[in-house]
Order: sequence, then structure tokens, then C-alpha cells
Amino acid sequence: MTINGTLHEGDVETRLLLADFLRHQADLTGTHLGCEHGVCGACTVLVDDRAVRSCLMLAVQANGRSVTTVEGLSPDGETLHPLQQAFHDNHGLQCGFCTPGILMTLLEFLKENPDPSETEVREALSGNLCRCTGYQGIVDAALAAAASLRDARETKA
Amino acid sequence: MKPPPFRYHDPRSLDEALDLLASHENAKLLAGGQSLMPMLNMRFAQPDHVIDINGIDDLAYIRETASGIEIGAMTRQHDLEVSQLLQRRCPVMIEALHQVGHRPTRNRGTIGGSLCHLDPAAELPLVAAALDVTIHVKSRRGARSMPMAAFPAFYMTPSIEPDEMVTSIDFQPWSEGHGYAFVEFARRHGDFAIVAAAALLEVSADGAVTRASATLGGVGPAPLRCEGVENALVGNRGSATLFREAAEANRAIDAMDDVHASVVYRQNLAVELTSRALGKAFERASERSSS
Repeated sequence: MTINGTLHEGDVETRLLLADFLRHQADLTGTHLGCEHGVCGACTVLVDDRAVRSCLMLAVQANGRSVTTVEGLSPDGETLHPLQQAFHDNHGLQCGFCTPGILMTLLEFLKENPDPSETEVREALSGNLCRCTGYQGIVDAALAAAASLRDARETKA
Repeated sequence: MKPPPFRYHDPRSLDEALDLLASHENAKLLAGGQSLMPMLNMRFAQPDHVIDINGIDDLAYIRETASGIEIGAMTRQHDLEVSQLLQRRCPVMIEALHQVGHRPTRNRGTIGGSLCHLDPAAELPLVAAALDVTIHVKSRRGARSMPMAAFPAFYMTPSIEPDEMVTSIDFQPWSEGHGYAFVEFARRHGDFAIVAAAALLEVSADGAVTRASATLGGVGPAPLRCEGVENALVGNRGSATLFREAAEANRAIDAMDDVHASVVYRQNLAVELTSRALGKAFERASERSSS
């Protein structure tokens, strides 16, 4: 499978979860595993540009597909993606455990809905559990990210 | 919290999948995986064989046929949610889908998977019951169809044999401009409902209800069509009083009792949500027919 643009090959047991392949075979430990039954959203990644729970997919099901993880947001590891910058600026994270899943959920959401209302953001994030922040900072960050992504798009256009 | 060992099968055609189903004991079909994968991770399910049907392309479609609308079993919930055809002809399904899990689970979850998993509080089986869909099933032995009313066998168990697979559903959409509503009470957005209600209404120009469907989910092992409510509506002019009085029939339903809510609490919700769904459906029927 292609992960963040790089081809990864490996033979795995069929019962290996995609999340575990990403973490242990591809050494991309940015994807976190919380509940391992699809409730917490921490393991959310994009498969062929759609957000999915990587704990609810087998690694073999991603064979030949394109996967984007949180590491893919900032390929050089230096420059933060507008989403990451907005979370940094708005105290959108404390312990950071849930953050990778939230970022990947928002990446898909903001692409389809570039100018969301606060309610829409809260609904989009209803499948991502955060036990530190009380969500206010996360929602602020998501709205700020939406604004900066819109600006970036307009500048380009 | 990792799946137990199993033999994984990756058929590329329906025939191949049906062959595998017919020739393997203790096999499970893996559709969207949003219920089976958690059950494997928690080892509630321990199949010897997992037959992954995601590689079969011709099971995912939404199309208009001479007899109605047909939906392939592997159609993803998100693809249903954004379908223009369903938005136009079957908006109650779209309204229900907004309550099904979350975007990342709807990206994977399928309509066939939801129906076969048959969670008592799931939204899609409720909608299927409200619309009287026909369920099409195939096996090596042949094909057969059954109405949704005959599909649930008992708690979380559809009446299909181990070698059978649900391949599609179809239904006759209601008239253009019909009223619809899907309302539910859940602790958090995206959770399974404690009780959910769907209403469909056709209303004549003078405001009389000419056809009605009232259905509840979350009250018993299978979706419940409220015939008493439906009969009380047809032929009468729609009004808040009519809907409230008709919905009162649901106070006597046989509801389940669990950690989330008591019998009486569910009966109260069944009355309140049915009344609200009917009111909303009626309002929309009036708006949609006048626009």
C-alpha cells in the first residue's frame, strides 16, 4: 500500500489491523489506538481520501490502496499544515492522544465543507473523543483552520 | 482487543463468494466491517472463515428501475447519504443516515451490513421497515426475496441461511411531495437510538391523510410498524391533536427494558417521538406539495 506517497510492502497475518500495520510495520506511530472498536476515533486515517477507522479495517484490505496518516500532513516534519498550526494556536490539544484522529477527520470534513458553522464542526467531531479539553479549543481550532484553508485557496486562485 | 485467527477469503465475484459461503462452516461475511470488526476485536465473534466481499464491485449501486429504487447490498452509507436520487425520492433515508454513526463509519458501513447485523436500535432496519422494502437474497441454491416484515428472525438475527447473502433491496418510493420525518432520542449524536421513529404521509389537497406509515426502532428486537397509529390517521384531516391522539396507541406497545431505559420510559418516548415525527412529516407534505 502507498502511505503518505511512499510505497510500503510487507507480508502480514490476515487478522492484522490496518492501525497495527501503520504503527508496527510502517513505524508510523502518529496514528493512535484508543478503544479498538470504532468508538473513540483516535485511529482515523484516510484510505483513498476517505476518513476511516483504521482499527476497523484489516491491513490486507488496504492492499493496493492509498493511505494518508497524520504524518502525511507535514511531509517535511517542519512546516505545520494549516490544521496543525490552528490547533497549536488555539490550544486545540492537551495530551494529544486524540489529536491525530481529529486532524484526519477534519481534513476530509473541511475539504467538503470549507465554511462550516460551529454546530457542523461539533457534529463532524462527534465521533472523536477527547478527555482533556472539553472540545472548546478543538472547535475554535477547526474554525480557525477552515478560515486559513479558505484564505490559502483564494490566494492560489 | 485483536481479532482471533481466521482464514481470510477475498472473492472477486458474487459467484465466488457464494461458493465460499456454501463450502465453509462457521464463515462470516465481512461487508463494511463497522460491526463485525469490533466484534472480532472483542472476540464476541470467532469465525473460522472471514469472506471479505469488498472486492466485489457490482454489489454497490443505487438505481431507479421500472418498479422502484434498487440498492446494492454493499452500497456505503455515505454514498446513500449524498445520493441525489434518494434525496428526491426517499428523503427519510437521508434524514435517518445523518444519525447513523459518524462520517468515518458511514464511509465504510454498508446498507446490507446494517440490515443483516439487525441491531434493534439501528436506523437503517427501521427505515427499511417504514418503506416496506423487499430484500433479495442469493445462494448457490438460487435466489429468493422476502418483505422486510419477514426479515428479522429474532434478536440481531435475520432469517437467512448460513449459505445465503443479501445482495440488494428494492422498494417503491412514495409519491412526489410525500411527507417524511425521522426522529430519534439518543444520549449522544451518532449513538444508537434509545427509541427512534419514522413517519411517512401522503396528504390530499384538503389536508386529509391518504396514506401513512409509522414505525418505531429501539423498542423491541425488530423494527415495529405501528398499524394502530396508521389506521387512526388515514381518512382524517391532519392536525396536532390527531397526531397526538393516534400516537397514544404506542403507550401500550411491548417495549424492552435494559440498562439504557425502562419499559415505561420507552413507551413514553414511543408516543412522543411518533407524535413529533407525524407532525413534522405532515408539515413537510404540505410544504412539498405547495412548492
